[in-house]
Amino acid sequence: MALEEKHIILQTHNLSVGYSKKGSDSIIAEGIDFSIEKGELVGVVGANGIGKSTLLRTLTGMQNALKGSIFLNGKSLNEYSSFQLATQLSVVLTEAPASKNLSVLEMISLGRQPYTNWMDSLSEIDKKAINFALEATETTALTHRKCYELSDGQMQRVAIARALAQDTPLIILDEPTTHLDLYHRAYVLKLLKNLAKETGKTILFSTHEIDLAIQLTDKMLVMAKDGTYIDAPCKLIEDGRFEALFPKETIDFDSKTGRFTIRK
Amino acid sequence: MQAAKTYKLQFAALFVVLIVAFLVNLSMGSVSIPLKEIISVFTGNGASKETWQYILMDYRLPKAITAMLAGGGLAISGLLMQTLFRNPLAGPFVLGLSSGASLGVAILILGASAFGGFFGTILLSQWSLVIASALGSFLVLLAVLAVTFRIKDTMAILIIGLMFGSVTTAVVSVLSYFSNAEQLQQYIFWSFGSLGNQSWQGVLILILCFMVGLALSVFSSKSLNALLLGENYAKSMGLHIKRTTLIIILATSILAGSITAFVGPIAFIGLAVPHLVRQVFKTSNHLILLPAVLLCGSLLMLICDTVAQLPFSEFTLPINAITSLIGAPVVIWLLVRKRKLFF
Repeated sequence: MALEEKHIILQTHNLSVGYSKKGSDSIIAEGIDFSIEKGELVGVVGANGIGKSTLLRTLTGMQNALKGSIFLNGKSLNEYSSFQLATQLSVVLTEAPASKNLSVLEMISLGRQPYTNWMDSLSEIDKKAINFALEATETTALTHRKCYELSDGQMQRVAIARALAQDTPLIILDEPTTHLDLYHRAYVLKLLKNLAKETGKTILFSTHEIDLAIQLTDKMLVMAKDGTYIDAPCKLIEDGRFEALFPKETIDFDSKTGRFTIRK
Repeated sequence: MQAAKTYKLQFAALFVVLIVAFLVNLSMGSVSIPLKEIISVFTGNGASKETWQYILMDYRLPKAITAMLAGGGLAISGLLMQTLFRNPLAGPFVLGLSSGASLGVAILILGASAFGGFFGTILLSQWSLVIASALGSFLVLLAVLAVTFRIKDTMAILIIGLMFGSVTTAVVSVLSYFSNAEQLQQYIFWSFGSLGNQSWQGVLILILCFMVGLALSVFSSKSLNALLLGENYAKSMGLHIKRTTLIIILATSILAGSITAFVGPIAFIGLAVPHLVRQVFKTSNHLILLPAVLLCGSLLMLICDTVAQLPFSEFTLPINAITSLIGAPVVIWLLVRKRKLFF
C-alpha cells in the first residue's frame, strides 16, 4: 500500500450503524468507508437524525456495528479489551458529569484512571499529564472550582482537558460546540486544531457548525441521504457535497464563501 | 483521583470526638458509671462495684460497638447507593433495601410457626436472622438493579423502591394475620430497632459481615470515583460497569442486610451522613469519603443511642425513632441552606 508511511489511526470498511432489536436491524447509515491519519482534525457533519451520534457511539465501542469493520491503530475494534481501548481512545460526550460536586482538578485527574493503581493515586507522570491538560485548555485558573460553578464554555474546556489527560492517540468528541456562544465555538474548534497540530493526536468531532468546520478542519465527513463522503473541505465544496445536506427550498450553500444562507 | 487536601486535621478531630462520644455513651444510661471506673475496667483493674463491671462488659460495651458498626455501615451503604444511582436521595432505606430485610425477617419470625417445633427453633437462631435479612435485602436490590438496566430515569427507580416498601408492608400484614401474639410482638420489637441485648457472639458476626462489606467498598473506591462522571464516561476509561455494579450492590446488601438483621431497620443514617460529610470534606474521592463517612456515621449513631437511653431514667426509646428525629431535620436544614443536594 502506498499509504503505508502515513500512519492510519482509524479506518472503516463498509460500516453500517444503527440499532438491532430482537433480530431485526434498523440501519441508520450504511456503506461508510473512510480512513483518518495521525494528527488530523476531522469534522463529522450532517442533518439531525442522519446518524452522526450513532456513528460516533459505534466508533467508540459503546454500541456494536451492524455490518462491516472498524480498525483502530491497525487492530480491529472488537479485539480491544475495554481497558486497552481506554489507553487508545478518549471521548468527550454531550452529557455533563453525573456529579456536579466534582472539582475541576478531580474531574481532569479522573482521566488518568487507566494508568493509576487501585487506590487511584497519582504518580509524577500522571501529575505532568494533568498539568499539561490544564495548561493546554487554559483551565489552570479554574483548578479548584466545582463543576456546578462553571459556565457551559468552561465546562466544555474541562471536559476536553479530561480527555487530554487520558493521553490517547485518538480523541472523539460528540458535538463539542453545542450550547456555546460564537466566541466559545470558535475557541473550542481552534483549540482542537492546535492540539491536533502540536500533539499529533487525531481528533474526530461531530458538529453543526459547518462553516467554522470548513475553515479549520483537515478533512470532513459529510453524512447525507445519498451517502457518506470524506475529503478535504475545499474538495467537498468543489464536488458540491454540502448542497445535498439540507432541503434546497429552505437553505442554500454558497460555494464561494463556504456559508449557508436562508432562502427568503 | 487527586484530592486538594488530605484532611488530616478533620480526621484527627473526628476521631477524638468519636472516642469522647464512645466513653460518654458507656457512662450514661439508667445507671451512670463514672469515667474513672470505665477506664479502670479497660485497663484490666476492674470496677469498684461488681454490677458496674457486669453492666459495662456484658451490656454497654457490646451495645456501643454495635452502634458504631451499624452507624458506620449504614452510612457507607448510603454513600455507595448515592454514587451508584447518581442520586442524592438514594440510601438503603429509600431504595427498599430495609423493606426487603424486613420481609425476610417477617417471613422467618412469623412463618416459623408453619415449620413448627424443633425446626422452628433452629430457624430462629441468630445466624438465620442475618441470612434471612441479608437475603431479603439482596433480592430487593437485584430487583431494583434489573429495573435500572431497563429504565434510565432515576426517579422511576426511587418510586419502584417505595413500591417495594408497600408490597412488603402488605405481605407482612397478611403474615401477621395468621401468626400468634408472641411472634407478632417479636417482629414489632425488631422493627423498632434496638442496639441493646447483643451477645458477644452476635457482635462478632456483625464485625465479620462489616469487615467484608467494608473491604468490598474500599476495593471499589476507584470505580466509584469513575462512576461520578456517569456510566458512559466510566466505560470509556476502561471500567467494567456490570462487574462494578454487582460488587457495589453486594457490599451494600451485606452491610445493610446484616445490620438490619441485628438492630432492625434504622432510618436516615444512610441518607443523611454522606451529605453531612460532604459539608466538611470537600472532595469527591471515595478513598477519603469512605473513612470519613464511616467515622461520622459511627459518631452520629453513638449520639443517637446516648439520647435514646434517656440518661438518668429507666426508659429506652426505640432507636429508629431517634435517628429519624435527628436525621430528618438535618436533611431539611441542608436543603434550606444549600438549596440543592449534591452527591
